[in-house]
Amino acid sequence: MSVFVITYFGLLIATSCAAAYWNQRGPFLTLFSLTLVSFVLGIVGGAGALRFVAIAAGMIAFAAGISYAFREFLVLITSHNLSKEIKTAPLTASFGMFVIFTYAVAGIFAPWIAPYGESEVISSAFAPADENMLLGADQLGRDMFSRIIYGARNTVGLALLATVAAFLMGAFAGLLAATKGGWFDQVLGRIADIIMSIPSLIFALLMLSIFGPQVIVIIVAVAIIYAPRVFRLTRAVAGNVVVMDYIEAAKLRGEKTWYLIRREILPNSTAPLIAEFGLEFCFVFLLVAGLSFLGLGVQPPTADWGSMVRENATLISFGEITPLIPAAAIALLTVAVNFVVDWMLFRSSGLKEQ
Amino acid sequence: MADKKKSVLLEIKDLKIEGYTGEEWVPIIKGVDLTLHKGEVMGLIGESGAGKSTIGAAAMGYARDGTRISGGSIEFDGMELTTASESERRALRGKRIAYVAQSAAASFNPAHKIIDQHTEAPLHYRIQKRLEAQEDAMELYERLRLPNPKEIGFRYPHQVSGGQLQRAMTAMAMACRPDLIIFDEPTTALDVTTQIEVLAAIRDIVDQFDTAAIYITHDLAVVAQMADTIKVLLKGDEVEEAPTEEMLSNPKEDYTKSLWAVRSFQRPQKARPKDATPLISVQNVDAAYTGGVKVLDDVSFDIYEGMTVAVVGESGSGKSTTARVITGLLPPSNGQVLFKGEPLPASYLDRSKDQLRQSQMIYQMADTALNPKVRIADIIGRPAQFYSGLEGAALKARVDELLDLIELEPSQYYNRYPPELSGGQKQRIGIARALAAEPTFIICDEVTSALDQLVAEGILRLLDRLQNELNLAYMFITHDLATVRSIADEVVVMQHGKVVEQGPKDVMFKPPHHPYTDLLLSSVPEMDPNWLTTLLEERGVDNVGESADV
Repeated sequence: MSVFVITYFGLLIATSCAAAYWNQRGPFLTLFSLTLVSFVLGIVGGAGALRFVAIAAGMIAFAAGISYAFREFLVLITSHNLSKEIKTAPLTASFGMFVIFTYAVAGIFAPWIAPYGESEVISSAFAPADENMLLGADQLGRDMFSRIIYGARNTVGLALLATVAAFLMGAFAGLLAATKGGWFDQVLGRIADIIMSIPSLIFALLMLSIFGPQVIVIIVAVAIIYAPRVFRLTRAVAGNVVVMDYIEAAKLRGEKTWYLIRREILPNSTAPLIAEFGLEFCFVFLLVAGLSFLGLGVQPPTADWGSMVRENATLISFGEITPLIPAAAIALLTVAVNFVVDWMLFRSSGLKEQ
Repeated sequence: MADKKKSVLLEIKDLKIEGYTGEEWVPIIKGVDLTLHKGEVMGLIGESGAGKSTIGAAAMGYARDGTRISGGSIEFDGMELTTASESERRALRGKRIAYVAQSAAASFNPAHKIIDQHTEAPLHYRIQKRLEAQEDAMELYERLRLPNPKEIGFRYPHQVSGGQLQRAMTAMAMACRPDLIIFDEPTTALDVTTQIEVLAAIRDIVDQFDTAAIYITHDLAVVAQMADTIKVLLKGDEVEEAPTEEMLSNPKEDYTKSLWAVRSFQRPQKARPKDATPLISVQNVDAAYTGGVKVLDDVSFDIYEGMTVAVVGESGSGKSTTARVITGLLPPSNGQVLFKGEPLPASYLDRSKDQLRQSQMIYQMADTALNPKVRIADIIGRPAQFYSGLEGAALKARVDELLDLIELEPSQYYNRYPPELSGGQKQRIGIARALAAEPTFIICDEVTSALDQLVAEGILRLLDRLQNELNLAYMFITHDLATVRSIADEVVVMQHGKVVEQGPKDVMFKPPHHPYTDLLLSSVPEMDPNWLTTLLEERGVDNVGESADV
């Protein structure tokens, strides 16, 4: 019995007793069942297993603490109306916001944060982590940490641009289709059908092989692939708004289409569109990363998470986790964005907690 | 009428219910007592927000989402519902207490046949086998005078009319022969002609099975036909309770008297000016929607400056379509609309800005007629800005003037959004938006039918005052003849897309009538508690059962 094991169980039992004393049903059940599970786990896996549980619990608690603090921080610095909304955000959403904020800082200030240059060779290939290189070196001896930081700028920036482009095209076309209706709506709808019927990855590969793997081609190709989905959603949302009497009143007043879209329809469809933006961003992000993984996306030596996974993939066979780090960066951002989107969808759907 | 010596079925004592506003709990029901005997029908009346439906739900031991029962007791046949467990309460619902909602169309599941929904409760409680339950349903359909009782249950909800659906729902509530049925405004969404059949059917079946009922409505004339006792509610408090006859003949409280007096508003009738060109002249208009269904057939009538023409008829008679033709939303397939003697282009797209400005529209549902994301100031200000080019301080002054005109305090409403307002206030904003264009002609499409009687009367008085001040012409679309009586100068009666009769109001309300006008007029509920009985006798009961299905 090491000191660690004794502290571990002592702490668990003390906290579950405290929870039971203050009638905290949920926490008590969690803590006490964890204690019971730990008995078995300790016998089977020894102190190592318990240590793993302790570290995992610590990380979750750390994330929860950060999320809570970040939410309170946002509540304090934002305006009255906004802070009222943020107060209702669940911890998952504020965790998501915190992660997005961190990525944004990393991306924007990459040159100042990263200790080395993006394509600077500083050591031997696959050098292990040391005091200089937090995460070791890649297959050419470049600092992995610096490349992750630059990757945030390149990959996320690219995905963001492509999503914005897809949204501008799709949302504008959708609003116009819903407002104009008739043959105009039909034509746009069929065009969207045609684009959607082509497998997205094949379409992107085709475009990139024809026009070459330049950043602008990637952005345009991805935007074209995702615009029809945005178009469909916008048209459906706006379709529910155009049948309202206030639209009829505005039409009878003699208002032009552009005014109808801007002042009457758009304010009533922003909530689902913003949520959709977050969702699409994840898909675009994964597609861009996938293209890079296939070698057709962002070209070397530019740092990019997708291609970093591919370039270091061989290391997996040696039991190294280096290639998983950029993959984890992608996963974390996707999860974070989804957390925030979930909260926004919850709000816009008007569901209230029972 | 129920025997008052029967045992007590439902006893509510000092009931308090609170609702959550998002920040705190505020009282909705502030201590209401209610005693209902077996086989007795009690009418609950009051404006919206009075807590009628909340009490109705509480009688089933149910508090809607965001509300909680915070005090008092609800005793149903010796069982205390406030302390009973959820499963005990659930065992009562559908079996011993049933509920009939306002909108049958929204309450039936559109994906299942009517009879399958009907038999759900008896099968769930294992009272009957499926075939027995179906036969029982057919019998109930027959008692409720639904056409083809053997067959109608096997249709889907959208395949039967609104009045039939409401009767099918009453039959469904009867499926387990409950002791108590709660009717929550069951006829509010129906036409007067359809309403009669539903009322008669409900009254008969409640009588036959000796079921107790709570009848919730805001229509006094309706409750007078249905209830043994009437309880008047105001803002979650009881105003008074008395047997129906006594309540009608001798109300004690001022508030009750004011409710009774609502229908008294009547303005003097104006006569048609001689040798004047009509402001709007609808001439031999035919119209059809895509698909070729003809909805208007040779419709002609004139509207003169400063006058109100009421267009009446049940739903589907083409009233609103006529309005769409006049505004140019639906170009007619034949005929034309003249404005001051000049033909108007058929489609609104071809009309000039000034032609559009001259005729404005006020909608039935203020909720969908005002953009919820736009400030009141911008809603009212936009037409003024659009037509007159007002900007800045001049625009603000104009908006203030308009808000004054509709009797709302400008500084209070200027920066608010429509969802923050009450139904009556929203309708006033709708009126202000129409006035902002400085029109000469306004189409009012059922503007008061979504409102409480007191509020509706306020709107009618406002419209009347505005007409006198601004010399407006109104085309007043309605199915409520009480409204027609109070505000119209001329009446146009429509049925199946045709004008069946038209003329000045005083002539129209005096016999002899066209048979359809007669049906409409006699279907308007009156305060006399024996009105329905007398009417049914006059018409012959069977005749009534069929007239809705024509």
